[in-house]
Amino acid sequence: MGRMIITQQMEEIVRPLGPESLLLRGARLKNTKEIFGVAIYTGMETKMALNYKSKSQKRSAVEKSMNTFLIIYLIILILEAIISTILKYTWQAEEKWDEPWYNQKTEHQRNSSKILRFISDFLAFLVLYNFIIPISLYVTVEMQKFLGSFFIGWDLDLYHEESDQKAQVNTSDLNEELGQVEYVFTDKTGTLTENEMHFRECSINGIKYREINGRLLLEGPTPDSSEGDLSYPSSLSHLNNLTHLTTSSSFRTSPENETELIKEHDLFFKAVSLCHTVQISSVQTDGIGDGPWQSNLAPSPLEYYASSPDEKALVEAAARIGVVFIGNSEETMEVKTLGKLERYKLLHILEFDSDRRRMSVIVQAPSGEKFLFAKGAESSILPKCIGGEIEKTRIHVDEFALKGLRTLCIAYRQLTSKEYEEINRCLFEARTALQQREEKLADAFQVVEKDLTLLGATAVEDRLQDKVRETIEALRMAGIKVWVLTGDKHETAVSVSLSCGHFHRTMNILELINQKSDSECAEQLRQLARRITEDHVIQHGLVVDGTSLSLALREHEKLFMEVCRNCSAVLCCRMAPLQKAKVIRLIKISPEKPITLAVGDGANDVSMIQEAHVGIGIMGKEGRQAARNSDYAIARFKFLSKLLFVHGHFYYIRIATLVQYFFYKNVCFITPQFLYQFYCLFSQQTLYDSVYLTLYNICFTSLPILIYSLLEQHIDPHVLQSKPTLYRDISKNHLLSIKTFLYWTILGFSHAFIFFFGSYFLIGKDISLLGNGQMFGNWTFGTLVFTVMVITVTVKMALETHFWTWINHLVTWGSIIFYFVFSLFYGGILWPFLGSQNMYFVFIQLLSSGSAWFAIIIMVVTCLFLDVVKKVFDRQLHPTSTQKAQLTETNSGIKCLDSMCCFPEGETACASIGRMLERVIGRCSPTHVSRSWSASDPFYTNDRSILTLSTMDSSTC
Amino acid sequence: MTWSATARGAQQPDNTAFTQQRLPAWQPLLSASIALPLFFCAGLAFIGLGLGLYYTSNSIKELEYDYTGSLDTGNCSACAEADQDGAPPPNCSCALNFSLPEFFQGPVYFYYELSNFYQNNRRYSVSCDNAQLSGFPSALRQPVNDCAPYQYGAAGLPIAPCGAIANSLFNDSFSLWHELPPSGPYVEVPLDRTGIAWWTDNHVKFRNPPLVNGSLALAFSGTAAPPSWPRPVYELSPDPNNTGFVNQDFVVWMRTAALPTFRKLYARIRQGNYSAGLPRGNYSVHVTYNYPVRAFHGRKLVVFSSISWMGGKNPFLGIAYLVVGSLCILTGFVMLVVYIRYQDQDDEDDSDD
Repeated sequence: MGRMIITQQMEEIVRPLGPESLLLRGARLKNTKEIFGVAIYTGMETKMALNYKSKSQKRSAVEKSMNTFLIIYLIILILEAIISTILKYTWQAEEKWDEPWYNQKTEHQRNSSKILRFISDFLAFLVLYNFIIPISLYVTVEMQKFLGSFFIGWDLDLYHEESDQKAQVNTSDLNEELGQVEYVFTDKTGTLTENEMHFRECSINGIKYREINGRLLLEGPTPDSSEGDLSYPSSLSHLNNLTHLTTSSSFRTSPENETELIKEHDLFFKAVSLCHTVQISSVQTDGIGDGPWQSNLAPSPLEYYASSPDEKALVEAAARIGVVFIGNSEETMEVKTLGKLERYKLLHILEFDSDRRRMSVIVQAPSGEKFLFAKGAESSILPKCIGGEIEKTRIHVDEFALKGLRTLCIAYRQLTSKEYEEINRCLFEARTALQQREEKLADAFQVVEKDLTLLGATAVEDRLQDKVRETIEALRMAGIKVWVLTGDKHETAVSVSLSCGHFHRTMNILELINQKSDSECAEQLRQLARRITEDHVIQHGLVVDGTSLSLALREHEKLFMEVCRNCSAVLCCRMAPLQKAKVIRLIKISPEKPITLAVGDGANDVSMIQEAHVGIGIMGKEGRQAARNSDYAIARFKFLSKLLFVHGHFYYIRIATLVQYFFYKNVCFITPQFLYQFYCLFSQQTLYDSVYLTLYNICFTSLPILIYSLLEQHIDPHVLQSKPTLYRDISKNHLLSIKTFLYWTILGFSHAFIFFFGSYFLIGKDISLLGNGQMFGNWTFGTLVFTVMVITVTVKMALETHFWTWINHLVTWGSIIFYFVFSLFYGGILWPFLGSQNMYFVFIQLLSSGSAWFAIIIMVVTCLFLDVVKKVFDRQLHPTSTQKAQLTETNSGIKCLDSMCCFPEGETACASIGRMLERVIGRCSPTHVSRSWSASDPFYTNDRSILTLSTMDSSTC
Repeated sequence: MTWSATARGAQQPDNTAFTQQRLPAWQPLLSASIALPLFFCAGLAFIGLGLGLYYTSNSIKELEYDYTGSLDTGNCSACAEADQDGAPPPNCSCALNFSLPEFFQGPVYFYYELSNFYQNNRRYSVSCDNAQLSGFPSALRQPVNDCAPYQYGAAGLPIAPCGAIANSLFNDSFSLWHELPPSGPYVEVPLDRTGIAWWTDNHVKFRNPPLVNGSLALAFSGTAAPPSWPRPVYELSPDPNNTGFVNQDFVVWMRTAALPTFRKLYARIRQGNYSAGLPRGNYSVHVTYNYPVRAFHGRKLVVFSSISWMGGKNPFLGIAYLVVGSLCILTGFVMLVVYIRYQDQDDEDDSDD
């Protein structure tokens, strides 16, 4: 806050400095070549930097449960270590075990303090068992999230052709959260609607008109005109005039026509074309940047730019009618009325703000008269009016709103020069005030914007986006509650809600609006709650407005939440941006802790996008603020269904399995090690060689799960999208519930027991397993356990996989083969740089034993037997709807072999293999198998039913 | 705004199978109709294999004789009594008699078995120096610290081979005698003491240090024998190819066992009249009883076993196959019942709809 004193030609000019003169970091200069400015701050607390920081704080539900599991495993680890340490010392109490003659201690070991030994033993056990904590899990999860998030950007179904925008992923941390959404909060303008305003109707002086092709037509028999309320004869006459005009020639085509617009119209449209902040850019249009509106405004090279599309639509409409806004230079605004140029001196702009909900300008007409034109929401203009057809206009405005049109009221005030002097001084003082400038400005605006004469109202249509109704319907079927949060007025909001399917006719719509006091509000809430409990058959919709909401939230939070939770659709109108965020926070911290998702397109949605668990930005017409601050940005609302039902579902399944599997495989890995301690006097002897210990998580078992977590599709994506109810199967973090977690953990332990005791009983009293009578040692025993484990764990992954592409085949079977090849290589050489040669020829000796092969087979089968039985029975006895959908899904009929030898490059790669095979075998002719994906799918947006690989080579090898 | 994007579709993602997640894929479903035949087939196959394995294992003969000796009765009790206070007197020998009622099909393998002996104890199993055993002269004189307290001898000389494993080398020796004509004199059954260690261990992993002036003894000069050994390592066997670090008994011992009860191969009986097996009759094992086990409640056994392709006698594998096979079939039947019952129900449900 401050003021700037410019000394220009010995004259001091005082200008205000305030937040509106501040350019935030990241702003871009438009419409002017240069400005002079002072950098006042560049550090980490600029808005951009702050926004940047706050984004990374979101953590998904999966990550949270992952941490819970980690704590459980940490407890298991410490318990195992404590048990081992205690048992070790119980054993060691007797000297014959602690220090038999064949295994003496050194002097140093004997003399070290008992407590120190105890601690070091405990730590040694911790190190021995630490692999139970899957550290590699975090690396894999990060990789999965980073790589997996590319699929969203790559998806053609999320690509909007008209605007050439693909989906954007700003954070990859929340991919799986997309599959967990329970509440969707959506903005209306620009999100559900196109944010492409079209001037449709207006009410001038109590008479309704409809605009068609630049002509104003009287709207058909309206209730008030049929009532015979013709108190305004001139309107009739001018109507005749107008119809005459429009039938003979339009205003635009005959600019030389001397016919004047009647006074009210003239003033109305002048107000419209003067009271705005539209900028003009008269660039030559060269075909690339043709906006959709330009076809309507063919002869004009003018392009209007406005921060608000409503204003743009209004100015364009005025231009079509004949009052063309030419431009503003310095302090004048040029308007061409029916070809006649008029210059208005712009004296003051009283900027729009969301509290006043109106803006006004003070201009000086060429005649020297000074006018104040005001434009704003009807609730903020009508109370200030003292003249004009207030009542009729109010009725019209409500009618417009019922049609879902956005309304603005226009009013004016003629100022005498004395009044103007007063106003000028008043405004200047407020603007340059150093203290409480905002309050003073608000006061000054109060003073200025009064005693208005109402001119009329405008109605602008904002078309609904494509497929909004279907998307909302699908969201509801998926068990997601949709809340629409809008700044629009109640009637507009309700009618849009109805037209977009958010509310439907069968719904019982409850209202909580216009609450003035606390007690009233509470009473109303109680009443609503009662109504809900009385008839729970019908679905309920709730309409709340901003003021009632703030009342409800202040005192009766619980009651309000109770009501909201029972409503399947909630509409909040007249909301301030911060209120939106507050509503989301309330839902977030309610006892069920639901996962919320916010969709918005404008800067006013940023706070709610950041507040929600998942923030989706619509890359719309209101700048990229929302898209930049969101977690995911998409071009259209309808893409939400694919984003949630397909991508969200997949990501959730993938990562949930990934997490569970990682814990499972590490339990399998380390439990035999723990069991072995019972047979080696708890001496911390490792069962596996150290190289195997290191490579288990890095090489032998890492790739299949990573590839699974990138490519798995347990159901066809089209089925997922056409059956949103499947989304309910994974709600509430179902796959990471304690029950599932326990299942996997117990599975891991039982597998570990099978590996260990299977091998133990196989060795029995250490009988020979070789045909030449020679004996195995401890390393062979460990390697046997390890081999069974690698195979079992990999095949278990194979059992989980439903989607076998050639990559899956490669990594799954490749992992097992790699283990064998590596082990043969590792054991085949005496490595000069390794201290211990424990593994020399161990693996080869193991493989040369027939019994070992039979044992490996039986142990792997036994391990997976339980799992297969459970899977089959589950599917047979209590199939989830997902599993049912898998059955009905039309399998593309791709056989196992096809998926292996068909490369994505299609014909070329496969043909070469085919040729090779042909040469080798002499037959195997490649035949074309055609596969097409159902083009009749209702959700099929992009016309690409036949993909590049739809006809594909499949060598019948 | 986006209208001014330079070219149409500049942002358009690639339409490839991979980016659109449409790679051709095989999508198997683990449904009952697949699992049922699988279970029956696997069950039958496993039962078949199990029977085969079980009979193979049953056809293998195994004889065990405990010769630890207790304080009052049993074989080698005298030696065991001497064992009371630590080590038995050197070269306490005793005999162990048994008779074979029928022909013991060969080739017969001769094992010794120790119980309660923790070769897998961490401190024990790391107590050796691989470099030394590979014959590096530098390591011969400077054993690794893991070998302590068997690293340097009393005189400060480095121990070769160092470490607890080598020091505790099993030093009972056996010879087998057969009463050739019944109640006649005993003749010695030839024991083949070669081929008892892994070929790679014996020929690659374990090497003697390079000979000095053609003498192994000189190569080991400046080292001490392990404290429990009565003679240095280069005198383990008179056979020059079987002494030092490559002595087969030593190599066998150095491969530490996985479990506290373990067997080690002592000899193969495959020469002369005994190559086909041991004929029926009376036998006697002459034991040179040196190794003390009573201190840790251990037992010592001699084991005669024939060997098949699957190794020694081990009924576990066969039983495991039989059990899993029958479980498969049992589950298959249960599944069949459930499948039929629920199939009907599903049909009814569908018709209700």
